Amino acid sequence: MDFRTFLVGLCYFLAAVLVLVGLRRMSARRTARGGIAWAGWGMVVATLVTFFRPGMAATNLALVGAAMATGGALALLWARKAAATSLPGMIALHGGLGAGAAGAIGAARLLAGSEPGLGPTFLAALGGLVGSVACAGSLVAFARMNGWIKGPLRFKARNQAGAAVLLLAVIVGLMLPGDYPGHTAMVVVFFVLALAGGVVFTVPVSGSSMPVVIAFYSVLTGGAVAVQGFVLGNDAMVIAGTVAAAGAALLTSRIAEPLGRSVASAVFGTHDDSTAGEDRAATR
Amino acid sequence: MTGFAALYIVLLAAITGYGIIARAPDGLHTPLVSAAGFVNAMVLAGAMAVLGDASTTVERIIGFAGVFAATYSAVGGYVVTDRLLELFKASGGRN
Repeated sequence: MDFRTFLVGLCYFLAAVLVLVGLRRMSARRTARGGIAWAGWGMVVATLVTFFRPGMAATNLALVGAAMATGGALALLWARKAAATSLPGMIALHGGLGAGAAGAIGAARLLAGSEPGLGPTFLAALGGLVGSVACAGSLVAFARMNGWIKGPLRFKARNQAGAAVLLLAVIVGLMLPGDYPGHTAMVVVFFVLALAGGVVFTVPVSGSSMPVVIAFYSVLTGGAVAVQGFVLGNDAMVIAGTVAAAGAALLTSRIAEPLGRSVASAVFGTHDDSTAGEDRAATR
Repeated sequence: MTGFAALYIVLLAAITGYGIIARAPDGLHTPLVSAAGFVNAMVLAGAMAVLGDASTTVERIIGFAGVFAATYSAVGGYVVTDRLLELFKASGGRN
């Protein structure tokens, strides 16, 4: 390992420590308010050091800067002026975009065909599949929370339909390794199926179950981020994704409990807002 | 990280994440879902690497979209978590 690789790795380690300390502080009443700043510095360190990682082509740095500037500026504008009541919905938007980025990493790696073996191809596809489901699901949840899509939209055998779409995606995914004519089209079909699966599973969710489902998609996103961390050899992504996924898993059940429903009934859209569970939530 | 060592590290990181959240009071649940989303925005480092290494136009387009989405997630996630924590503090940190 040369000195530069060592320094970059050390900085990623520091970033992971800062993010963990920040998350720990945010989960305690007394230190919660300042915790986000610790995690924020961790993210700043991770972002800055990535510019100096070996292999970054100088010709692409302007593109990286442009994407970060536009994405960051738009996020800052909207997140700052959003009404306080719309903040829970914004969580779904931001979570969904993070999941989308994990999906994009998978797409780029699969299309480039740069994976040396079956294992990395499989992992890139797995992270791409899970990230895409969480992305589409979170964005539908965001649209529902904003009233842009009316719901819940329920149809017969909807969960069977969702499972069938995801099963098809898995079958296409298993055919992805290798270099053959039409490979690009297969990658596209794979991601379209994954995104469709996320939509089909989220439209039937009852309005009051949305917070549970949004937390659940954070679990999927964390898993996708960790998997892509393995694909790219980025240990900070592995740690951040795994910690966030496990934390979000606990939060999902903690949020479902006082609403009087199981995580499964919320996620699979079998909970109905007109039943007793909803009344208990309303009087809480 | 390869093989079983990676699996053990994932196990330990998962226990850490679970343990960190376990003692949080109810009022912090929503801010913490937002915080988990912010932590997931570490995916930005990976998206930057993909765009940085890109050699074809398609890779650059997908990489650009990935960096854009990840940065949006990080910045938006930070601001929303910050605002939710401020609301928690303003409520007197009860629940």
